Amino acid sequence: MNSIIRKFTVAAASAVVMASAAHAADITGAGATFPYPIYAKWAEAYKKSTNIGLNYQSIGSSGGIRQIRAKTVTFGGTDAPLGGADLDKDGMVQFPTVLGGVVPVINLDGFKPGELKITGEVLADMFIGNIQKWNDPKISALNPGKKLPDQSITVVHRADGSGTTFIFTDYLTEVSSAWKDKVGKGAAVKWPAATSVGGKGNEGVAANVGRVKGAIGYVEYAYAKKNKIPHLQLRNRDGKYVDPDDKTFAAAAAGADWFGVPGMGVSLVNQKGADAWPITGATFVLMYKNPVDKAAAQDALKYFDWSFKNGKEMALELDYVPLPDVLTKAIADKVWSQITK
Amino acid sequence: MDTLPADSGMRDQRRLEIVRKQRIQDFIFHKLTLSFSLIVLVSLVGILISLAIAAWPSFHKFGIGFIWRVEWDIINEEFGAAIAIFGTLASATIAILIAMPLSFGIALFLTETCPVWLRRPLGTAIELLAAVPSIIYGMFGLFIFAPLFAEYGQPALQSTLGQMPLIGPLFGGATNGIGILAAGLILAFMILPFIAAVMRDVFEIVPPILRESAYGVGCTTWEVVRHIVLPYTQQGVIGGVMLGLGRALGETMAVTFVIGNSQRLSASLFSPGSSIASTLANEFGEAADFHLSTLFALGFLLFVITFVVLACAKILIIRTERAKGLKT
Repeated sequence: MNSIIRKFTVAAASAVVMASAAHAADITGAGATFPYPIYAKWAEAYKKSTNIGLNYQSIGSSGGIRQIRAKTVTFGGTDAPLGGADLDKDGMVQFPTVLGGVVPVINLDGFKPGELKITGEVLADMFIGNIQKWNDPKISALNPGKKLPDQSITVVHRADGSGTTFIFTDYLTEVSSAWKDKVGKGAAVKWPAATSVGGKGNEGVAANVGRVKGAIGYVEYAYAKKNKIPHLQLRNRDGKYVDPDDKTFAAAAAGADWFGVPGMGVSLVNQKGADAWPITGATFVLMYKNPVDKAAAQDALKYFDWSFKNGKEMALELDYVPLPDVLTKAIADKVWSQITK
Repeated sequence: MDTLPADSGMRDQRRLEIVRKQRIQDFIFHKLTLSFSLIVLVSLVGILISLAIAAWPSFHKFGIGFIWRVEWDIINEEFGAAIAIFGTLASATIAILIAMPLSFGIALFLTETCPVWLRRPLGTAIELLAAVPSIIYGMFGLFIFAPLFAEYGQPALQSTLGQMPLIGPLFGGATNGIGILAAGLILAFMILPFIAAVMRDVFEIVPPILRESAYGVGCTTWEVVRHIVLPYTQQGVIGGVMLGLGRALGETMAVTFVIGNSQRLSASLFSPGSSIASTLANEFGEAADFHLSTLFALGFLLFVITFVVLACAKILIIRTERAKGLKT
C-alpha cells in the first residue's frame, strides 16, 4: 500500500516537474480560431529549429481578448481588431499576422463554381430576405443568358460567434445601407431573413448548404476550396467580377493604409483594385506594451518574426495570404519596438 | 479466586478498548461520508450563486420581463429569453410525448411478453443505445435523419396534419429537415433507451408471486400490467420519465446540430429555433461583457426550469403515495 502511494507520489511529482519545465519554454497565446491552423503549422516548424513550442488555444476572438486582459497568456488573437481607444486603455499593441478571405457558397443544381455572378447589394438583399427566389430579376439581370430556377433561397449563417461572420457582415455593412441600418456588423448578428438557418462552425454551414437545395451561406476560403463547395463570383469596388484566391486577397490588401488607423485595425473589405476580392480580412495579435513577463513577450515576438520570414510557403499551402515584407518590416519597426524588453 | 477478577478486568479493558476503537471508526466514517455528501450540496449552491452573480447585470437591466421578451440582438445588446425558453420546452415536450409511450411499450415487452432468448440481446442493445454519446445523435440527426425527414417526413406531415384546422400552422413553412420538430424527434431517440432501461429495471422488481397470483386468477397480460405492475412501480416509472425529461431539457450537442440555431419565434414546428443549451454552446466562445452576462442569465433560467421539473416530479410522487395511503 505504502509503496503504491510512494510510486504514485513520485510519478505525480515528476509529471508536475515535466509540465512546468515544458511550460516555461512554451509561448502561450489564445484567441481566434481562423488563424489557428497556420499558427500551429508555423509553431511546428519553429519548434524544430529552436526547440521552443507554442501553446495556442483557439477559443475564439472574444475569448482571446478576455484572456489577454486577464494576463493569462502572452498574446491574444482576434479577427475583429480592437479600436485605438481600447488599446490605449489597456496599454496594448495590435498587429496583423495573416490575411484570408470569406466566400459566399451556394447549393444550386446545374451551376459550376464561380459561374454565377453577384454584387454586394444583391448579396445583402438575399441575406436580409428581400430577395427570396433564385430567379429574382435582380439576380438574373446580373447573369444574362443563365436560366435560374424558381427556387426559394435559404440563408445559412454561423450559429456560433465568429471572426468569419465579422468579416462577412463588415462587408455587407460596407456595401448595403439597408444592411447597415437593419443589422450591422459583429461576430454574431441578428439574421433578418425568415428562412435563415444557423450551423455551428464552417463545417456546420457547409453541411447545411450542401444539404438544402437553394441554400446560400458563407465560409472561410480554405474551407470552401478544400471541400469544393461552389462559390459565387463577386463584383468588387472597381466593378470587376473576381474569383477568390490568394492573388485576389493579396490585391485587396495591397492598397490598405495600415498605419492610417490606430492599432492597424484596417478593414480590408470592399477595397479598391481591379483584382481585389471584396470580402478579405486580416487576423490580429494583441500584446502588452509593458508585459509582466518580458522574456515571454520577446519569445513570442521572435516566433512571429521567424514565421514572417520563413513561413510564407506554409501560409500559402494552407490558403492564407502572408503579409508582404514591407509590411512585416514596418510592424517590427513601428509596433514591436513599443514593447519593452 | 485470585486470577479470575484480574482476568476479567483485563478482558473488560480489552473489550473497552475495542469498543472505543470501533466508536472512533464509526465517528470518523460518519464524518467522512457526511463531508462527501456536503460536497454535493456546497457545489450545487456554489454553482447557483456564481451563476446568479454573473447573470446579475442582465437581470438588473431587463428585470423579470427578460423571461418573456422576444428579442435577441447581440449588436444592440437587446436580449430576451422567450425564444430560447420556448425552443427548450417545445423540443423537450415533443421528445417526451414520443419517447414515453414507446419506452413504456419496450419495457413491457421486455419484462412481460418477450421470449427469454431475445430478452438479453434486446436489453443489452437498449443499454448500449443509452450509452451512445450525444454528439453521435447530433451527427446522425444532421447528416442522415434531416435529409430523409425533409424529403419524406415533412411533406407527409404537411399534407396530412398540416391541413387540419387549429394544428395546421404547426406544420407550415419550408421543409428544411431541421428545426424544433427535428430536434424533438432526435431528443426522443436519445431519451427513449434511457427511459426504457429505467422502466424495465423497475418492472423487473415486481415480486413474481404477485404477478403469478394475478395470472393464476385469470388476468390477462394487460390486466396484470395495469393493476399489479404499474401501481407497484409507479414511482420508478415517473422517476424514469422525469430523468429523461431532465436530460432532454439540458441536452446540448445533439440539439445544436438539428434545431437550426435561429433566434426567431415561429408558429411552425418546422422552422428553425434555438434552445437555451444550444444558444449557450454557440455563443459562449465569442461573447463578451453584457452578452456574456445574458448567457449566464439563460443558464440560470435553465437551472431553474430543471429544478421546477424535478420538484414537480417529486410532488407528483408524494401525492400518489399519499393517495395510496388514504385508500388502504
